[in-house]
Amino acid sequence: MSLTYQNPVYEYARSPDQGAAQAVHHPVIVVGAGPIGMGAALDLGLHGVETLVLDDNNTVSVGSRAICFSKRALEVLDRLGCGERMVDKGVTWNVGKVFFRDELVTRFDLLPEPGHKMPAFINLQQYYLEEYMVERLNEFDNIELRWNNKVIAVDDSAEQTRVSVETPDGVYDMTCDWLIVADGANSDLRAMLGLESTGKVFEDRFLIADIVMKADFPPERWFNFDPSYHRGQSTLLHRQADNVWRLDFQLGWDKDPNEEKKPENIIPRVRAMLGDDVEFELEWASVYTFQCRRMPRFRKGSVLFTGDAAHQVSPFGARGANSGIQDTDNLAWKLKLVMDGKAPSRLLDSYCEERELAADENIMNSTRSTDFITPKSNTSRQFRDATLELSKRFDFARELTNSGRLSDTTVLNDSSLNSPDDGEFDSLLVAGAVMADAPVKGGSTDWLLNAFGNRFQVILYIDDIDAFERTTLDALRAMQDDAIPVETVVVYRSGESPAGIDALCDVKGMIAERYDARDGSAYLIRPDQHIAARMRAAGVDKIRQAVARATAQQ
Amino acid sequence: MSDNNPLNSDYNFHEPGRTFFRAYRPGDDFYQHLIDAHRDLSDAQSQKLNARLILLMANHIGDLAVLREAIAAAADDLGED
Repeated sequence: MSLTYQNPVYEYARSPDQGAAQAVHHPVIVVGAGPIGMGAALDLGLHGVETLVLDDNNTVSVGSRAICFSKRALEVLDRLGCGERMVDKGVTWNVGKVFFRDELVTRFDLLPEPGHKMPAFINLQQYYLEEYMVERLNEFDNIELRWNNKVIAVDDSAEQTRVSVETPDGVYDMTCDWLIVADGANSDLRAMLGLESTGKVFEDRFLIADIVMKADFPPERWFNFDPSYHRGQSTLLHRQADNVWRLDFQLGWDKDPNEEKKPENIIPRVRAMLGDDVEFELEWASVYTFQCRRMPRFRKGSVLFTGDAAHQVSPFGARGANSGIQDTDNLAWKLKLVMDGKAPSRLLDSYCEERELAADENIMNSTRSTDFITPKSNTSRQFRDATLELSKRFDFARELTNSGRLSDTTVLNDSSLNSPDDGEFDSLLVAGAVMADAPVKGGSTDWLLNAFGNRFQVILYIDDIDAFERTTLDALRAMQDDAIPVETVVVYRSGESPAGIDALCDVKGMIAERYDARDGSAYLIRPDQHIAARMRAAGVDKIRQAVARATAQQ
Repeated sequence: MSDNNPLNSDYNFHEPGRTFFRAYRPGDDFYQHLIDAHRDLSDAQSQKLNARLILLMANHIGDLAVLREAIAAAADDLGED
C-alpha cells in the first residue's frame, strides 16, 4: 500500500457495442492502457483517427515501476500534451555519480549544453504519467478508453481483425482494421497470435525498494559498485517525486525472491546503505529478474506491436518506457497516412525497420551495461574492477565505466525513408536523427521543437530576413496544398520579421550551430520530428521527392 | 597529452571512416569485443590471452617512453595481495 499515492479507480462502463447484434467495427483498437498504449491513442487522436483503447484493469500502474523519463520521451509527451506536467511534477536531474568501494570515481552530466526545453531526465513514478495521459485522453472526442475490458481471443485471419473482450457484463466481440498491441512484456496478445519474443535471460536478481524519506541528497543518480555495506554487488539511489527514493540492490541469483521481498529483510539493507539515523518508511518493493529480447518482427499484417510487448531490455539505462514512447511516435503518423490511402502499406514496414533497429541498439546497450555491472566471469570482473580503479586517475577509464548508458535516441541514419544529403553538412543532425531543440522567438513558442510535429514541415533557414527574397518561400508554400501537405517554417538569424511571414528567430544562433544551417539551407522534418532530408538550397522538386521517399512511395 | 607525459590517457577509442553518434559507443564496442574474446575460456586461457594481447599492443605502440609510463601507471596502487 503506497503512503504517498492513492491509485484512482476508473469505473467500468458498459458500452453500447456490448449489446449490438453484430460485432461493432472500429478503425483502430489499442490493447493496453499503459504509457505506450495511451501514447499510441493520443498520437492517433491528434491525427484525427478514431481510436478505442482497451485495458484489463481499472487503474494506473500499481507501484512506481518506470521512474526515469528521458529528454526525448518528454519531447514526445510534450507533443502529445503531457510533457510540461511531467516536468513540473518530476524531479529534474542531469548528473550521475559513480562510486567504487565507497569512493567517487566518476561524474557525468547528461545535458552539458543549454538551450533545450526539456531536461536530460526527470524521475517520476509511472502512475503519475498514466494519470496525466488518462486525463489528456479524456479531452479527445475521437478516443475512447474502456476499463475492465480484457481481450481473451483474437482472430486476424480475415481482412478485419476480430477481438473477443471479457467484461464484468460478459464477453463481446468487435472488429477493427488495425490492432495495436501494447499489453506489456508478458503480452497475452502476442501469445494468442502465436508469436514469440526471444533473447537472453539474465541470471541475477535485483531488489527495488522505494522508500519515503526526507533527505537532502541532491537529485542525482548515484550508482555504487561493490560498496562496503553490500559487498560484491551494486546499488543505486535515485530520487522521485513526493520524497520517494528508489533504492536498487543487486542480490545475486541464489537469493530467494519471496524472502527478500519481506520488509524485515529489506529494512536492514536500507539501514546499511543510508545509516541508522535516517528515518524512512517503505513505500513499495519488488524483486525482479530481467530479460533482453525482442520479437523478430513488430508487424503481423494489420497487427502492430509496440513497447515491452515487442521488445524488452534490462532496466539499466531506462530504455524500456522511453523506447516504447518512441515506438508510437514513429508509428502513428505512418498509420494515419496508410489509413488515408496517401501512403502504401509498406510504410508500416519502415516502422519495423526503424524501431527494430532501435530495439537492437537498446538491447545492445543495456546488455553491455548489465555485463559491466554484473560480470559473469573472473576475467570479466577483473577488467571491470581495473576500469573502475583506473577511473580514479584517468579520463579514458571514466568513459569506459558503464553504470548504465542512459536512454538516448537511435539515429536512423540508414533508414530507407531518408534522402541523401544535397550538399555538405558538418553536423551530426543527419537524415534519420531527431531534431535538436533550440530557443526561438516569434510565433507562439519559445522553443523550436514546439513548432514541429504531426505533419511534414520544412525548415527554411535565412541569415538576414531583411534581405530575404520571397520567391523561394512562395514556391515552397505551394506544397501546403499537396496530397501530403508540407508546411514551410522560416527560421532566421537576424533582422526584423516582415509582416505576413510567420517566422522564428534563431535568437541564440543555436540552430545555425547545431544544424550547420546557412542561408538557404532547408531541412525536411517528419511528423515525428525526425530529419528526413537536408539540402543546401531549398527546392520544391527536391522536397517533394524527399517526402515521397519518407512515405515509402518510391 | 603533454610533452612530458607521453602516455595518452584521454578517451581515445575511434575507428577511421566511421561516425559515432554517441561518445561512449566506440569504447563500449571495444570493451564488448574484449569480454567476448574471454567468454568460455578457463582462467588459465584468459591469462594467456591477456599476455599475448599486451605484447601485441606494446609492439604496436613501440615508443618505449609510452610503454614505461603505461607500465608504471598500471603498477601503481595494486593493493595488498
